[in-house]
Amino acid sequence: MWKTVLRRVLVMIPQLLILSFLVFVLAKMMPGDPFTGQINPNLDPKQIIRLKHELGLYDPVPVQYTRWLVNLFHGDLGQSYIQKVPVTSLIADRAVNTFWLSLLTTVLTYVLAVPMGIIAGRHQDEWQDQGIQIFNYITFAIPGFVFYILGIWLFGFVLGWFPITGSVSASASGFWEVVGSRFYHMVLPALLFSLITTTSIVQYLRTGIVDNKVEDYVRTARSKGVPENVVFDKHILRNSLLPIAAFMGTTITDLLGGSMIIESVFSYPGMGKLFLDSISERDYTTLTALILLFGILTLVGNLLSDIIMSIIDPRIRIQ
Amino acid sequence: MEKQSDLLLDIQHLHTGYRLQGKFYDAADDVNLTLKRDEILAIVGESGCGKSTIASSIIGLYDHKNTKVTGDILYNELNLVGLNESLFNKIRGDKIGMIFQDPLASLNPLMRVGEQVAETLYYHTDMKEAARHARVIELFNQVGMPKPEEMYRMYPHELSGGLRQRVVIAMAIACKPEIIIADEPTTALDVTIQAQILDLLEDIQKQSHSGIVLITHDLGVVAETADEVAVMYAGQVVEKADVKTIFEHPLHPYTRSLLNSMPQSDDESEDLHVIQGTVPSLKYMPREGDRFAARIPWIPASDHEKEPAVHEVEPGHWVRCTCWKNFHFQADQKVSGE
Repeated sequence: MWKTVLRRVLVMIPQLLILSFLVFVLAKMMPGDPFTGQINPNLDPKQIIRLKHELGLYDPVPVQYTRWLVNLFHGDLGQSYIQKVPVTSLIADRAVNTFWLSLLTTVLTYVLAVPMGIIAGRHQDEWQDQGIQIFNYITFAIPGFVFYILGIWLFGFVLGWFPITGSVSASASGFWEVVGSRFYHMVLPALLFSLITTTSIVQYLRTGIVDNKVEDYVRTARSKGVPENVVFDKHILRNSLLPIAAFMGTTITDLLGGSMIIESVFSYPGMGKLFLDSISERDYTTLTALILLFGILTLVGNLLSDIIMSIIDPRIRIQ
Repeated sequence: MEKQSDLLLDIQHLHTGYRLQGKFYDAADDVNLTLKRDEILAIVGESGCGKSTIASSIIGLYDHKNTKVTGDILYNELNLVGLNESLFNKIRGDKIGMIFQDPLASLNPLMRVGEQVAETLYYHTDMKEAARHARVIELFNQVGMPKPEEMYRMYPHELSGGLRQRVVIAMAIACKPEIIIADEPTTALDVTIQAQILDLLEDIQKQSHSGIVLITHDLGVVAETADEVAVMYAGQVVEKADVKTIFEHPLHPYTRSLLNSMPQSDDESEDLHVIQGTVPSLKYMPREGDRFAARIPWIPASDHEKEPAVHEVEPGHWVRCTCWKNFHFQADQKVSGE
């Protein structure tokens, strides 16, 4: 199994190089340069050209790419055009927020989706299943931002149970109070977000159970005299959980994509909101850094999926 | 001579109907069969004739919502029809073992094959884990698997088709059942492996004195292994006799047509014979008169009984309908072999 993992990690290296190249090309194609907005507009153009020469902006593209790559390895992604701080520190603050929000969302997603999928699959076409299906259609059909705004209106405004903006209360002081406040701010967005992400997991699990129920090996288990509840847990369910487990890695991508909307709606200072803000403010250095980061995280997510699969499905372990 | 306890299964007036668009249609229609100890009973017929329906009725594995089973399936005076599930689970795997057609699909892809065999023992014996392991190794030896200790830890996809079917057989015989139901056990296997698996089944039967219900469409398999043969057509048993009689002195037109359609390897010039038409589907199956009549249209209707009954034409040889008396093949009933 470790061989599979090692081989899979090695495959990632060229993928990362291609990704970095694409991101670099994108960055080069964008209008503007480091001096845009950073320099006195009355300065002599010749002076600007001299500065650009010093910064190596007239060097051949491969040289620039190599230099960018070396800086990247040193953790230097340049300065934000707008905020005038290093991009890395800008992202680092936001990444922590997004990380905790995503983690809570993931936990809630699985806590909600797995029982719902099991109930729907087990009671196929009965009222339990139909209820879950209707719920799924609703959460799937309503666009995320409408759903979130409805949630904010109901839980934040009408009922007033949860705060509706930010990541921490300004009045919180002391470690535990801050942690509590952060958690309190995350509950509503994470809950609403997870209700959206459950849909596909519930459907995959339900379909898996419905399909596996009629598989030959299930009939074999029954022909051995295995009691029905054990047949379900040990044979049907375990096989139906495979696609769900495979999902776990790729949820990273879903979470990053979804975080843009949820963080904007809740004004939650995370990477998703930063990404959208960077686009509207044309903060190209931040944007390129985020695209690179999202790309890396997607690759890591796929790697995780493959590793999880190779652990739980013996058929993938070969060679 | 025959002791009462030698009768393992006594199937009387078995009707198994499947629900299609709200109505039940009998896929097994008034089936009467017996299985004795030390006997291999072959049930033969084309696809869709109700062979596998009988197997699933015996072992009680069908969709209970959409299947209706009536009649009696007596096993040691216990009626298996309508038996409650928890009692049935004590019999399945312990007293009745089942072997399926497709050995890859029949095994759980995520479980080691040894553990799948041990699972049977877990539910029917008091054996501890080590004892179960030892018994599985013993079974793997019995079914002729090389390196049983290594095999125990393998997953189904790592084994060849023949080895997988040996695992399935080991699973079926783990608790030394009195009855083994083999539903097309060799259909999915290579010809060379088929013979090995059939030999294995015969060996097991001789050692354990069990009775085997062998469901197949392959007359070669029947000739090689069976003692008694029941020929089925459209949900009904049309002829029943010992294997010698069936092959040497068949009477029912369907049996004769089946045997006639077997290619003769010694005569290469001869064309292949076919039976006209196809088995009617469950929904459109004729419910009155001789169901096979439509496929032998040159036989006048007066030769068929109105309500075909099963007649014992000689001791132990049962034939449905009287149309066999004047039956003859048509001269032009041939297609050229390609």
